[in-house]
Amino acid sequence: MDLGFAVAIVASILADSSPLVIATVGETLTEKAGVINLSLDGTILLSAMTGFAVAYTTGSLWLGFAAAMAVGALVALVVAVASIELRLDQVAVGFVLTLLCTDLSSFLGNPFVRKPGPSVPHLPIPGLSQVPVVGPVFFDHNAVVYASFLVIGLAWWWMFRTRPGLVLQGVGERPAAAFARGADVRRLRYLYTVLGGALVGAAGAAYSLSVKLGWSYHHTYGIGWIALAIVIFGGWHPVRAAMGAYLFGTLNTLGSLLQGVIPGLPTQVFQATPFALMILVLLLVTSGALERALALFPTGAQRTLRRALRVSAPAALGTTFEQE
Amino acid sequence: MKVELQGIHKRFGPVRANDGITLTVEGGTIHGLLGENGAGKTTLMKVLSGFLAPDAGRIVLDGEPVRFSSPAEAIARGVGMLHQDPLDFPSMPVLDNFLLGRPGGLLPDRREGRRQLRELGAQFGFDLDPDVPVAALTVGERQQLEILRLLSLGVRVLILDEPTTGISAPQKASLFATLRRLAAEGMTVLFVSHKLEEVRDLCHRVTVLRQGRVAGEVEMPAPAGDLVRLMFGQEVAGVRRGTVAPGPLVLKVEDLTLEDGRLCLEGVSAEVRAGEVVGLAGLEGSGQRPFLRACAGLLRPRQGEIWIAGERMTGQPYARFLAAGVAYLPAGRLEEGLIPGLTLTEHFVLASQGHGFFVDWAAARDRAQARIREFGIRGQPETPVEALSGGNQQRALLALLPPSLRLLLMEHPTRGLDVESSLWVWERLLERRRQGTAILFSSADLDEIFEYSDRIFVFCAGRLTRVLSTSETSVQEVGEWIAGRGEEAACPLEVER
Amino acid sequence: MTGAWRKGAGALLTGLVPVVLALAFSTLTLLVMGASPLRAYGSMVFGAFGSTAKFTDTVMAWVPLALCAAGLLLTFTAGLWNIGIEGQIVVGAICTTWAARAWQEVLPRPVLLLALLLAGMAGGGLWGLLIGALKTYGKVHEIFVGLGLNFVAVATTNFLIFGPWRTPGRATMSGTALFERQAWLPTFPGQAVGPVELVLVAVSLAVVYALLRGTRWGLSLKAMGRNPTAAHWLGVPIHRYTLMAFAGCGLFGGLAGAVQTLGLFHRLIPAISSGYGYLAILVVMLSGYRAVGVAPVAFFFAAITKGSLQLPLELQLDSALGGVLQGVLVLFVLLFQGVRARRKRWAQGE
Repeated sequence: MDLGFAVAIVASILADSSPLVIATVGETLTEKAGVINLSLDGTILLSAMTGFAVAYTTGSLWLGFAAAMAVGALVALVVAVASIELRLDQVAVGFVLTLLCTDLSSFLGNPFVRKPGPSVPHLPIPGLSQVPVVGPVFFDHNAVVYASFLVIGLAWWWMFRTRPGLVLQGVGERPAAAFARGADVRRLRYLYTVLGGALVGAAGAAYSLSVKLGWSYHHTYGIGWIALAIVIFGGWHPVRAAMGAYLFGTLNTLGSLLQGVIPGLPTQVFQATPFALMILVLLLVTSGALERALALFPTGAQRTLRRALRVSAPAALGTTFEQE
Repeated sequence: MKVELQGIHKRFGPVRANDGITLTVEGGTIHGLLGENGAGKTTLMKVLSGFLAPDAGRIVLDGEPVRFSSPAEAIARGVGMLHQDPLDFPSMPVLDNFLLGRPGGLLPDRREGRRQLRELGAQFGFDLDPDVPVAALTVGERQQLEILRLLSLGVRVLILDEPTTGISAPQKASLFATLRRLAAEGMTVLFVSHKLEEVRDLCHRVTVLRQGRVAGEVEMPAPAGDLVRLMFGQEVAGVRRGTVAPGPLVLKVEDLTLEDGRLCLEGVSAEVRAGEVVGLAGLEGSGQRPFLRACAGLLRPRQGEIWIAGERMTGQPYARFLAAGVAYLPAGRLEEGLIPGLTLTEHFVLASQGHGFFVDWAAARDRAQARIREFGIRGQPETPVEALSGGNQQRALLALLPPSLRLLLMEHPTRGLDVESSLWVWERLLERRRQGTAILFSSADLDEIFEYSDRIFVFCAGRLTRVLSTSETSVQEVGEWIAGRGEEAACPLEVER
Repeated sequence: MTGAWRKGAGALLTGLVPVVLALAFSTLTLLVMGASPLRAYGSMVFGAFGSTAKFTDTVMAWVPLALCAAGLLLTFTAGLWNIGIEGQIVVGAICTTWAARAWQEVLPRPVLLLALLLAGMAGGGLWGLLIGALKTYGKVHEIFVGLGLNFVAVATTNFLIFGPWRTPGRATMSGTALFERQAWLPTFPGQAVGPVELVLVAVSLAVVYALLRGTRWGLSLKAMGRNPTAAHWLGVPIHRYTLMAFAGCGLFGGLAGAVQTLGLFHRLIPAISSGYGYLAILVVMLSGYRAVGVAPVAFFFAAITKGSLQLPLELQLDSALGGVLQGVLVLFVLLFQGVRARRKRWAQGE
């Protein structure tokens, strides 16, 4: 395998994973504030359909993305109201919304099935894209992929380098302490849920307008659940979540490559592997097997490893907070 | 800053946590607030620091009445509270904890934050690494961080709630030195504690609370006996309901060590015989609860052994403990023992596990009715348990216990009950004792412990510090032991986090 | 007297408002698509009940839905989210298909049918047990395990249909080869539905009802769902009963899969579960998690599902409108319950 081929593979992984990256970073923000938006799979489908439909009808990609983000934000708003105002079970509401949005996307998207539509144009950065190896990998993509890089950077900067970001970390970890320091926990939960939802909406449009062009029945089926699992796997840290998304993309791409190489292996194995992997990864993370594996390392290394792999849920995830 | 609390009232349901408390603290002094658990100290301080709104009464700072609608508002007015478990963010680094919540622009000035942390820390001799996650700090260091943070926000009234629980001796010395300095510089310090020695050592004046009211105010220095009398009331002659000759060994623990969330137990060894009643005395969080739960089989000890009637039970599943005739009565009636939404009949059916697959509801209802009558529960078989009053819920819990037991472990058996119900509960318990059951119970009421126990186990900071025979001691002595006379160990588990 | 009337009227009103809102939402959706709501609803009613054949189709849709809902009552009572029910249907169908292909030549009909149904139940039960085990011992949330295993089950189905169980020379999207006649569930003369399915539904609902109301085990599940700490204190073996609940629900899911295979399609097809598992979750939510309401609500939902199949034929609309109606109905019911609960909290002066 020559370098050019490898470079092309890496570049395509980065591009194909960009919607998943955006979605996982968005949901990480939401869950960091303490709310689970379980409707992810449905939202991505609905916003993918909306983005494509609007872009197709109006001819404007910008409008398509805007519509998709609006849809994502709207669904997230329902989740927020149900959880924060009405104190309903976030799992129940999220599940119902998933089914609802999936069916809405099928119904409303019917006229757009398999229609050729606009796609985000290729946008190589002049000069930088010529640089050997690094160029094609990072600078030879379309606007959506650049946006995915930006989203990771922005989320990281926001959470760890700004004052409001510190507060966000605090709200998820210990809402009572954050409240004691003047944070309006309710308002912040609304804010981040809707913001996360908008990002998820953008991710949906990123699928239908950039990575998996067009619209078809259950176009991106199942990717929302994978995103939710990656948020857990990424330890509710935007950069780690993004790495999880890229890892997933890599495994997917490798899978497709292998499919060509190993003729006997049935295609269904590749349909099933992402989800089997999801279970396996979660098993490792939550069951304590990771802890036991860590114990095998010398104590010095354990500390650094543990810090790198630290996976602790925002302690208040999914719970209600009563502001006195 | 001069602090005045005038006629503060605060109720939680039927419980009067603060029943008309008036208190004045002069600026630049260290004022101690002493009292048992449930006396109302923490509630009062939460009112002062903006966490709770009082039902009645007012707060006056430097002659100006104020009203706080949130803790952040209180800090803005200069009143800050250091909680027993500091309200910080364990997974975040020290510097971020220091900075979080400060007003300011979009970007926190980390360099400035580091500088402040370093300088303030140097002033008081605290050495905190800004980049370490708070979870890796000891409790003492977390306190230091919180003090520095409050100071940097310009508080002029500093409230400390049980600050010396779980910190080492050198840290304590350092803390006291800090507080004295702050007071000398004009800070008003409120020191909430149950530890007599420290309060006497540190404070200029002490207010003693008892059952939601001010029991008295004492100018320091004053003899410890005065304070104990105010805290616990007059001595009670040891009246007990007859003696039962202790039988064979029922419970034996050796070097029991374990953690239960933030509570811990270290190296406890004890023996209890059939027919004995043992009262576990000590303040909340001193280890009684983990001890009881470990002996009941609900917690697995990290170290140590448990024997029930000669059989080694360490590490056995809960079901084995139940089969061996051990029962536990939890303190949280609706949280741990009763199931909201289920009726009394349903609870009795559940308690009779292994009595057959199908339920004969008619017979079950009759049996429930019989139990209700037997235990005097004011309710019907179809009453959902959350509709019962606290006293009746306690009766229901007792009714759910199997008829004959080797060992009965109880947390606060009469908490929240009126006198009549409490007497009734103890009548049933003493009946069991006559049948040979060994009874261990924890209670915040020393009178109760003295009334019914043959022996008293005193718990302090996770250790069993003293075993006393009731007939050979007094309320005063036990009070002193609870308040920390003698050796005191910090909870060792904070070091390795 | 007026007080009771007002209360009754109030309850009816609060029950109706979500329904009205749901209809309003789906009407809006139809208008957005430029379709006539009246024609659409009319078409759906026709699709569900318009002829005897259509009616029996609705009944045939009701059967797996009711079976799954019966099983889900067990897990929901225990406070568990068995989203993996879809996979349990599929695995049940796979096992039934395997058994049919192995035994359809060999066993006499009554024994064969019984064996096939049991095979389906066993498959679903084991698949459910897997979810329970991963949750109990691996501490992974049952939603992720259930979902992941759903996809794995579907992929396995596809693999079998396009691979080892492929019929040479035939279009394989239609599934495996048809079973022999003796492996078909008996039907009423001239109809698609037969007595066996109806009996199975009745028996399943009765069994679940009896288990939940009349046994210690059912009561223990209820206790676990409300307060696991107290249930443990009372001596309920939480781990064991969790596994049993998942396995039990899987039995019903597998049975649904068997019925789909033996009574409706008579072979294994890629979409064997038709989303009935997820729909059954909605049915149980709408029935207030109680056995009494399951049969009628399931029938209502089956009618909507079958009715919506008419839409592509008559109006060129996607049949997913049925799912939209069902989803939005449950959503509004949930939201309304939340609003009522909040009003109660405020009245109590929280």
